[in-house]
Amino acid sequence: MEVTEAVAIDHGLKKEEFSKICELLKRTPNLTELAIFSAMWNEHCSYKSSRKHLKKMHTKGKQVIQGPGENAGVIDIGDDDAIVFKIESHNHPSFIEPYQGAATGVGGIMRDVFTMGARPIANLNSIHFGSPQHKKTRNLLRGVVKGIGGYGNCIGVPTIAGQTTFDESYNGNILVNAMTLGLVNKNKIFYSKAAGLDKPVIYVGSKTGRDGIHGASMASATFDDKIEEKKPTVQVGDPFTEKLLLEACLELMADNSIIAIQDMGAAGLTSSSVEMASKGNLGIELNLSKVPCREEKMTPYEIMLSESQERMLIVLEKGKEDHAKKIFDKWNLDFAVIGKTTNSKKIELIFDNKKVAEIPIDLLAENAPIYDRPWKKTKLPQKLKFDKDEFKFLKLSDCLKKILSNSNISDKKWIWDQYDHTVMGDTIQKPGGDAGVVRVHGTNKAVAASVDSSALYCFSHPLTGGKQIVCESYRNLISVGAKPIAITNCLNFGNPEKEKNMGEFVECVEGITEASKYLDFPVVSGNVSFYNETKDKGIKPTPTIGGVGLISDYQQMLTMDFKTEGNLVYVIGKTDGHLDQSIFARELLNEKKGPPPTVNLFNEKNIGGTLLDLSRKNLIVSCHDVSLGGILTAVSKMCIKGKKGIKINLLKGLTNKYEYFFGEDQARYIVEIPRVSLKKVIEILNKYSVHFDDLGIIDGNSIKYNDDINLPIEELADAHKYWLKKYMDN
Amino acid sequence: MRSSVIIFPGSNCDRDMDVALKKYGFKNQMVWHNDQSIPKSDLIVLPGGFSYGDYLRCGSIASKSKIIKSVIDFANSGGLVLGICNGFQILTETGLLKGILQQNKFLNFICSNVFVKVKDKQNKYFKDLKKDVLELHIAHNEGNYFCSDDELKSLQDNNQIAVTYCGEDGTESETTNPNGAIKNIAGIFNNNKNVLGMMPHPERMIDKYLSGEDGSLFFKNILDNFK
Repeated sequence: MEVTEAVAIDHGLKKEEFSKICELLKRTPNLTELAIFSAMWNEHCSYKSSRKHLKKMHTKGKQVIQGPGENAGVIDIGDDDAIVFKIESHNHPSFIEPYQGAATGVGGIMRDVFTMGARPIANLNSIHFGSPQHKKTRNLLRGVVKGIGGYGNCIGVPTIAGQTTFDESYNGNILVNAMTLGLVNKNKIFYSKAAGLDKPVIYVGSKTGRDGIHGASMASATFDDKIEEKKPTVQVGDPFTEKLLLEACLELMADNSIIAIQDMGAAGLTSSSVEMASKGNLGIELNLSKVPCREEKMTPYEIMLSESQERMLIVLEKGKEDHAKKIFDKWNLDFAVIGKTTNSKKIELIFDNKKVAEIPIDLLAENAPIYDRPWKKTKLPQKLKFDKDEFKFLKLSDCLKKILSNSNISDKKWIWDQYDHTVMGDTIQKPGGDAGVVRVHGTNKAVAASVDSSALYCFSHPLTGGKQIVCESYRNLISVGAKPIAITNCLNFGNPEKEKNMGEFVECVEGITEASKYLDFPVVSGNVSFYNETKDKGIKPTPTIGGVGLISDYQQMLTMDFKTEGNLVYVIGKTDGHLDQSIFARELLNEKKGPPPTVNLFNEKNIGGTLLDLSRKNLIVSCHDVSLGGILTAVSKMCIKGKKGIKINLLKGLTNKYEYFFGEDQARYIVEIPRVSLKKVIEILNKYSVHFDDLGIIDGNSIKYNDDINLPIEELADAHKYWLKKYMDN
Repeated sequence: MRSSVIIFPGSNCDRDMDVALKKYGFKNQMVWHNDQSIPKSDLIVLPGGFSYGDYLRCGSIASKSKIIKSVIDFANSGGLVLGICNGFQILTETGLLKGILQQNKFLNFICSNVFVKVKDKQNKYFKDLKKDVLELHIAHNEGNYFCSDDELKSLQDNNQIAVTYCGEDGTESETTNPNGAIKNIAGIFNNNKNVLGMMPHPERMIDKYLSGEDGSLFFKNILDNFK
């Protein structure tokens, strides 16, 4: 086939990009070369629209061993232990084929982690679907959950936490973000930077098939009516092979045979080989006739673009081939020496004894286009003036039940019951809490992790929204007694070629950066997913933050369930009653306008630090952060989990009870305090000038407030627990 | 007491089982599926996981693996063989235990705490166990035990039903049956009661910070009965 501009455009390249390729090469590329360019220059691999802004992110910290730019980020958790973690999107494939899309998303992120030498110890996910009323939602949800479970359960890594939301903006583009944490000795981390000349390049894992060809370029375009035709671009996962690959790689990593290792993810063999060579400032020569193929007559073009799963590329020390082969033979995996490192600084491909492609590596990596796309600032919306007379018609207890059974607040047990969350025997906080917690095997330490996003806030005002999610992640970790250490982010946005979408991205990133810098909560890894748009309708901006924290003695972990009758319940942090963008405004007043709650970073840091102090001194016995749905929602969850009631005090100087109970002001927590600790708690709160309210006392089996609320916990639990199950059974 | 845990490709509860056995004082060793023989043992454990990807049928390929002949010989000579979850599935595939494990009734994987009633204490696993109801943990997609009427009758007649799903108070009902298993069966013995297969995972319930501690009673009891 002759390569023309039209062929290039078919490969997702822009007209100008094609001219640039011809100019850089000083000739027209052949079809295989064009395919390589299209794979490396697409948005998914090149970050061409986002790179300029991502550079500004706060990525350094005392505990950061590896920031963005590797397969995953790495943080130091003491005693030579390090945690490797990253979150990644698999949105486009999951919408086309939910089971395989989600499954391979989980498989891909686990490979990113064990590529670095870490054994995966926990999985998390953040999944977002269209309106529950939309005809596709139920099947997509079912397929995604089965896919995540099908893969993670088989590998034997517990899924310890997650987030699920519904919003009509995801009707045509669901989001599936998967996160993995791994544990590694900090002196035995493996990187993707190749080094040394004439070193053997090894292919291991599954055979290469025709699945997933053009996967990365599919994920770099918007959807249209012909979406179903794209099914063949979705990869098919085989968790069993991945489990073997995991064990074989870790076995080989026990000694010093590996120089560099990279999993074949998006754009398969192309991006893995180019990245390894590029980082090592080397050339690479691959003989494609030696690549193990599962289908007949595969062409170089297909081999280079295949996104078949469960494959790794390794640069090995010379002379270690036999040793390595023995390990992969034991695990019944393919092993082939397919090339070597060179000093040509080019990628050179041989097939049937002929050279079929030759491209200087820097054209694919450093010289990939970078765009400074035009973007538009989002103005802070005017604060709404609610007509409080209207509230009088709303009964507090009805409001509460409605909020607890809201699709975005209700219990997601139906989902996490399908994920093995206890395998590996170290899960000490299961899904359904503020964060999942796993012990660091054989030690007193535990690692907490949480995933969060707030699309409504980010849509209303991206800058504030960006800051808010980082804070929310921070609070979730503190709520389980963990010191927040670092984050990974998955930036899901619409079409960057539109000024509004690009603006949302830029300002969310700005917000994330500001908050993570202030809170000393650096970003160590992440991924960007643009073009979440179908027929011109984009998603609400949905940056997802995966936060990781450390509990140095796992016996000090906190949970949210109320423990003992007679203990006191305090709200820590000040409540102004911000109702704009709240669930209350949306659900009960049908009001979608207004700004998100203000984020005060000083308060977040000060109150968070104070809470950690309280938990380290064993002065509080339960803790939960106040987020969506406000104080009353948070307290109800603590009651339901603990199967205990609360008598809420009549609050002095309260301006409006709806604002107080349902307002979504930030930087707040609810804590349970044993009476004997109260004096000390108040001393510490005063010392740090932290505002607190004496909310009530744990008592009986119902929530009671004045004459307004008298609800048995069981009734609340019914409202909260069964929405999703009933929805899925329909 | 010496134990051996067999590792098949795809096993994923092998380490958890190793940790649990050692915690209670078993001298445990790990045995690779391709090995010819099993070192001298008093107990052989087939752990949970997805042996050989559970392709074809759960446990089916593992039941034809190289090591399995030694396991069968050991069982036939009266040795204790314990299969948990995928291990139970493998034992039914080898024919050491009757019946089959089908997909769960509601077609979903289930990961959850369950209560099981100990139905028989005239065996080396449960003899003198202080509790009648244990809180254990299940995590499976194919745990729906089924067998023919004749097989069921012989299981009942010979007291080969080991544990059944029940409520906290020990009542067996449809609502306490998580996967649709016939007669709420969660685990069974062979004729001689030296081979036990069960879906619940005692190795995930060995300290109070995990899902619970009743698994420790199970392991301690095996040791006590050996002495």
